[in-house]
Amino acid sequence: MAEALLALAGVNTHIGQYHILQGVDFEVPRAGLTMLLGRNGAGKTTTLRTVMGLWQASAGAIRYDGAEITRRTTPERARLGIAYVPENMGIFAGLTVRENLLLAARSGPPEDRRLEWIFRLFPAMQKFWHAHAGNLSGGQKQMLAIARAIVEPRRLLLVDEPTKGLAPSIIANMIEAFRELKRTETSLLVVEQNFHFARSVGDTVAVMDCGRIVHAGRMADLAADDSLQQKLLGLSLQAHQ
Amino acid sequence: MSHGSALPAQRLDWLPLALIPAIALAALPFIPSLPTWVTLTVAGLAMGMMIFMMAAGLTLVFGLMDIMNFAHGVFISVGAYAGTSVLLAMKPSMQADSLAANLSAIVPAVLAAMALAGFLGWFFERVVIRPVYGDHLKQILVTMGGLIVVEQLIHVVWGPDIIPLPRPATITGSFIVGDAAIERYRVLAVLVGLAVFAAMWLILNRTRLGLLIRAGVENREMVESLGYRIRSLFVGVFIAGSALAGLGGVMWALYQESVNAQIGMQMMVVLFIVLIIGGLGSVGGCFVGALLVGLMANYTGYLAPKLALGSNILLMVLVLLWRPRGLFPVGRA
Repeated sequence: MAEALLALAGVNTHIGQYHILQGVDFEVPRAGLTMLLGRNGAGKTTTLRTVMGLWQASAGAIRYDGAEITRRTTPERARLGIAYVPENMGIFAGLTVRENLLLAARSGPPEDRRLEWIFRLFPAMQKFWHAHAGNLSGGQKQMLAIARAIVEPRRLLLVDEPTKGLAPSIIANMIEAFRELKRTETSLLVVEQNFHFARSVGDTVAVMDCGRIVHAGRMADLAADDSLQQKLLGLSLQAHQ
Repeated sequence: MSHGSALPAQRLDWLPLALIPAIALAALPFIPSLPTWVTLTVAGLAMGMMIFMMAAGLTLVFGLMDIMNFAHGVFISVGAYAGTSVLLAMKPSMQADSLAANLSAIVPAVLAAMALAGFLGWFFERVVIRPVYGDHLKQILVTMGGLIVVEQLIHVVWGPDIIPLPRPATITGSFIVGDAAIERYRVLAVLVGLAVFAAMWLILNRTRLGLLIRAGVENREMVESLGYRIRSLFVGVFIAGSALAGLGGVMWALYQESVNAQIGMQMMVVLFIVLIIGGLGSVGGCFVGALLVGLMANYTGYLAPKLALGSNILLMVLVLLWRPRGLFPVGRA
């Protein structure tokens, strides 16, 4: 079996006096989309931020593409091919859509073919190319945040709650976009509260509770097991339709 | 995909810009003669330009790294002293009635002022500020301490007395336009200020470095997540901001025709007023705020001298009542 693209082993993270991650172990395969689920406060966002290096792990090891990156800085991790879309999207409101994407393209202006592909995924980016990002709607901002993360090919994409606050029609667009992303060379680790979205695009799943991984396996297996969903998440996917 | 209606076009926020002519015109009825108003207006704009040079670095440093640098005044003082030393050492060139000879003294003086202030900025960032990132209280205490140390060092190196600094011959005196006397030096200050603002605008809006700085002011964590080392960017901005303060310092010393160790510290209250009026982290806001403060100080200095500083505080209060985050607020994440 091929080595996982990302592997966390016994990762602990403290934020001030709070012990948030308490020995997180899980892996993200080299292909497909891994969902990270769990109740509010379970440690999902902290896990993504720890992988990105925005919060330092106080113990444990993070391995990425065969190398340990636990003590690497955030810019170093980004340059290894990890991209991050935070929960608040992190767009630069005072910059235009074009400038947001130009900034993310570290190796020079984005290739035309890449831009055309992004415009097919998110047509609003082309329409509002010269608009200030702060003027976009919530859904368009989320599209910009994801477009910015993939403006150049990346190996691992971390996305925190991509459907948060979005209208159902935009969520449907997001599902299509993530299915398209899965067809690329990028692996995805996505934190999500929307179980319909999670089931629609997830290949594998890890469920967190109280700063630990309490379940890991195939998304299809979890989606088919109402009692397991009830036990792990406090409600069933069926009830969430 | 459906994206709703088209976005409103991004429009220039002209209201704060309109404050500059508005204040100038509002002062007109209170000034007894038009030539006096012209003289005061040019003096106010010149003062504003020099304040802008001194404040621009401070606003970027605050915007980019959330650093409260109360020692920014020492870069002004050190720049003023370095420039003064060079100018006094080249007295014959200063006194010659030839622009070329004057420039042969002024250009090295300005370069020395910017280089020494920039070097001090680099040293200050490494030794004083780096250990206290993220802690405003410690930043205030440690930068105030650094300011006192550097001021005392200035006394040691240059002595405690005020040093007179005559202006070069070709920029002494006034142009007479109609009945108005406009000091040559003030015209020069306006031109230098405009050149500095234009250069900063071009760098911030037309280069990748500027794009990074603008993004960093908004959300430095996200800039790091995109793979850029914001610390390196910050050190560069800190050095450039210190060098600009040094330029402002030597310009201010020539304006006052003397230099003393407190020259920078005396400006700090005004600089903070400008930063707050303009919007913390906004270079455009800093420019407009500096011009407003310069005009206000000159008009009230003429009409009611005892209210000069108070008038700028009143201006700040009024601006904050109108726009609580300053004239050009910068989005922060």
